[in-house]
Amino acid sequence: MQYAPIAFTPHAVPVSVDADKCIAHKGCTVCVDVCPLDVLAIDLSKGTAYMKFDECWYCMPCEKDCPTGAVTVEIPYLLR
Amino acid sequence: MNTIETEVDVLVIGGGTAGPMAAVKAKQANPALRVLLLEKANVKRSGAISMGMDGLNNAVIPGHATPEQYVREITIANDGIVNQKTVMAYATQSFAMIEELDRWGVKFEKDETGDYAVKKVHHMGSYVLPMPEGHDIKKVLYRQLKRTRVEITNRLVATRLLTGPDGRIAGAMAFDCRTADFHVIRAKSVVLACGAAGRLGLPSSGYLFGTYENPTNAGDGYSMAYHAGAELSGIECFQINPLIKDYNGPACAYVTGPFGGYTTNAEGQRFIECDYWSGQMMWEFYQELQGGKGPVFLKLDHLAEETISTIETILHTNERPSRGRFHAGRGTDYRERLVEMHISEIGLCSGHSASGVWVDEHARTTVPGLHSAGDMACVPHNYMLGAFVYGRLAGESSAAWCAEHDFAPVDADQVERERQRVWAPLQREHGLPPNQVEFKLRRFVNDHLQPPKVTRKMEIGLERFEGIREDLDHLKARDAHELMRAMEVHAIRDCAEMAARASLYRTESRWGLYHARIDYPERNDTDWFCHAQLKKDDQGRMTSFKRAIEPYLVPIAETERNAYRELRIAVPA
Repeated sequence: MQYAPIAFTPHAVPVSVDADKCIAHKGCTVCVDVCPLDVLAIDLSKGTAYMKFDECWYCMPCEKDCPTGAVTVEIPYLLR
Repeated sequence: MNTIETEVDVLVIGGGTAGPMAAVKAKQANPALRVLLLEKANVKRSGAISMGMDGLNNAVIPGHATPEQYVREITIANDGIVNQKTVMAYATQSFAMIEELDRWGVKFEKDETGDYAVKKVHHMGSYVLPMPEGHDIKKVLYRQLKRTRVEITNRLVATRLLTGPDGRIAGAMAFDCRTADFHVIRAKSVVLACGAAGRLGLPSSGYLFGTYENPTNAGDGYSMAYHAGAELSGIECFQINPLIKDYNGPACAYVTGPFGGYTTNAEGQRFIECDYWSGQMMWEFYQELQGGKGPVFLKLDHLAEETISTIETILHTNERPSRGRFHAGRGTDYRERLVEMHISEIGLCSGHSASGVWVDEHARTTVPGLHSAGDMACVPHNYMLGAFVYGRLAGESSAAWCAEHDFAPVDADQVERERQRVWAPLQREHGLPPNQVEFKLRRFVNDHLQPPKVTRKMEIGLERFEGIREDLDHLKARDAHELMRAMEVHAIRDCAEMAARASLYRTESRWGLYHARIDYPERNDTDWFCHAQLKKDDQGRMTSFKRAIEPYLVPIAETERNAYRELRIAVPA
């Protein structure tokens, strides 16, 4: 029996991180820390933050508190 | 996965609004106490006010309102079902709290003489104090937590309270949503401040996290209080809010009303006299949506350019700052287009309506040593300032409790049962995905409980919720994060069952749309002028019962009683 879906790959998530501006590789975790739903994480191989879980409340602390302006929050597609 | 045991004097669960205040006040009352603030997210940006707040909805400020006026207004707005003692405790301490927050650095609007710039939004009195620069409020709280040396732990999800053999509080259990470590925290006193049950109904968009309330507030607090044996009250008095259609924030008449904005129907006519969120106001709103004169809009396009830019600055930087982004996406400019509104999903929240854990005027629940404050504690229409005042009361009561009581013994069986329940979804090889179970459960909540309420539909809803109960034993979590979602489904299911049973119990209609029952369309004061309570009985069953309303401290004149039932603007014949 197959348990993993094969056709579901989310391409667009509400929170995007500009890799050129993100300073996660210097130890910054501000956006990950402030998210109330804990949906952001650091990709250790790339040294940048990313949206790991598609569960955004579009509340924006991640964007407001980012010290380099790397984070952008968009309204989730279902609500746009 | 480890099990970690901790011991503190006061455990505060929830680091949003009431929780930090409770922790600070417990510590101030007795600096020797070990006070732990346990937070599911991160205290810096958690809870309903993570991005600040644009105003106080219920400020009782000398020269503008008296505590007696406020108690009268809320009693009438809540159709008489209030324990006035608790509302009075709020009202008399509201101003001192504003002054303290002001000293701490929270910015309130003042007029040219330095007096607080109070506005009128309610039907009768004036209680709204704008905070156009209210976005820093969490920072202000955080500074106080550090100053008083409250211990903080983030990313711990509390799941059950511990009770001793005599029923009093013994602590709580939680897990880490990143490591799944299991925590047993012994405490002499516990404060529950977990916010609303905001993930109960499903927003009409179908998006699980598009809720009015911060979706982190999934009803965990209501569920924990229930399982610890605490009495809950007014669960049938749902929270339903008028919001921007498809967006999870208000349009917002509270902010724009004093500038000249107002709510209209599709014909451009005003239809309500007052925009204050009461059940009756929501009823009129619903009638307009359903009655052929909808949709309902917020009208701002008649205002001057400088007024509109002021409104934009307030509404697009505070509380719900993504509002401006939403409007831009839909091409809504306040100058040219009315803002389309709709009604929200249902929730449980005493901050807005009246459903919560029963507390007295010292924030004490019916479980000895357990206190509650904020959106989840039943003090009707308490809002943010009520959360601060009751947070303070809960902190002070907790400190007083600790002075007279030692730890209750911890029951090893309770701990083991809970550890197994919490870790089970991680240990299953295959099972149901938490997001699918949540979606189905919350769709059932909409289908069966959304007012107007229908008896037979709610009875079938209860059967569906029993079905979901069986599904809980098949939830599969792939990691600690998904485990958090799985355990939230447990809490949401408890809240759904409470909402259905409480709604079935009160066989009348009251609070406008909040408890409009098709089968019992009239208000029935003879049988139902009382609180409707709910608790887990000795056999573990969910039971409902009546609690008499204490004699009023502030009498309500016969001529005033129905003031909130007359909100619709009279149409000339």
